[in-house]
Amino acid sequence: MRAPQPVRRVLVAAAAGVACFASAAEDIDWGPYEVDGRRSGYTYAAAETRAIQDDDFENGGLLWVEKGAELWETAHGADGASCQGCHGDAAESMRGVGARYPVYAAEREKLINLEQRINQCRTERMGAEAWRWESEPLLAMTTYLRHQSRGMAVSPVIDGPAAPFFEQGKAFYTKRRGQLDLACIHCHEMNSGNMLRAQRLSQGMSNGFPTYRLKWQGVGSLHRRIRGCNEDVRAETYAPGSDEYVNVELYLAWRARGLPVETPAVRN
Amino acid sequence: MDKPRVKVPKKVKAGEPFEVKVLISHKMESGQRVDEATGNKIPRMIINRFEARLDGEMVFSATLYPAVSANPYLAFYVVAEQSGELEFKWLDDSGDSATAKAKVAVS
Repeated sequence: MRAPQPVRRVLVAAAAGVACFASAAEDIDWGPYEVDGRRSGYTYAAAETRAIQDDDFENGGLLWVEKGAELWETAHGADGASCQGCHGDAAESMRGVGARYPVYAAEREKLINLEQRINQCRTERMGAEAWRWESEPLLAMTTYLRHQSRGMAVSPVIDGPAAPFFEQGKAFYTKRRGQLDLACIHCHEMNSGNMLRAQRLSQGMSNGFPTYRLKWQGVGSLHRRIRGCNEDVRAETYAPGSDEYVNVELYLAWRARGLPVETPAVRN
Repeated sequence: MDKPRVKVPKKVKAGEPFEVKVLISHKMESGQRVDEATGNKIPRMIINRFEARLDGEMVFSATLYPAVSANPYLAFYVVAEQSGELEFKWLDDSGDSATAKAKVAVS
């Protein structure tokens, strides 16, 4: 998908006379990247960064998608099974999956996210070992799966059995933490759009993960990003895949509801 | 090295420049980072050279340095008078290389 280019409307008011001051008020139509005031991180990224994401050739995240596609077809584990063996064409069977995860898993009596579902399949059905968190194959497979939903609206289910976990995620998001005593909302709701030192604060939307981050020189998971945020406020971090992070992942998906899945997005 | 990605227009006009895009997966370890566990420097391992040839004739080359990011992406323009084949080659510090080919169809 080549993303539609945002239309830039620049109003230039030039004062006639001795000096000519141009005051530019920017009113940008972000197209699908803004839904009811909820703005994708895309809209906070620099034009150069957006250009990389818009070009599937230039977007380094697609390298992980390609690796994931290979893994999808490859037989793993003792049973000689591949993902494709059961699920067939990922473009069909996995379309929409990335848009609704994480979901409530009755057998676990809690939420399960995409990485955990992949590893559940590997250990319980394929006779393979679980992939380590943030390992190349797990990132590649997660990116590949979520990529199948690119362009679809993020649409998590937050009611029914998922409701208490959603509430826990919301509590995590709004709770002050760390030596800086900041909650997620202080940056990403009260100050989104403002500068934090040299960086513009986004609304903290999760619709582009796993994301190709220029700082990381590669693709990283949402949980890695949340950990980074927790470290930035000098708080105790939780393990990737911990209940805390999976619950907040659901809350983040709800915050980003209606925004398109951008995986793999490109951010600084 | 991993399989590179190459993009050349399907049809080009004789004597008119066309854009070629190449991207390869490589960690581009700068040699300036330190392994936090051991305190030792992580040795430099970058792609230091890229060459593009059209029917054997060099049409573009680049020497890369440690400031280039991981997964280097290059875009450049080439002019062809007749149909031929572009050949690309990447070389890294270990002496490892990767190659790719692409047909150029002049109309």
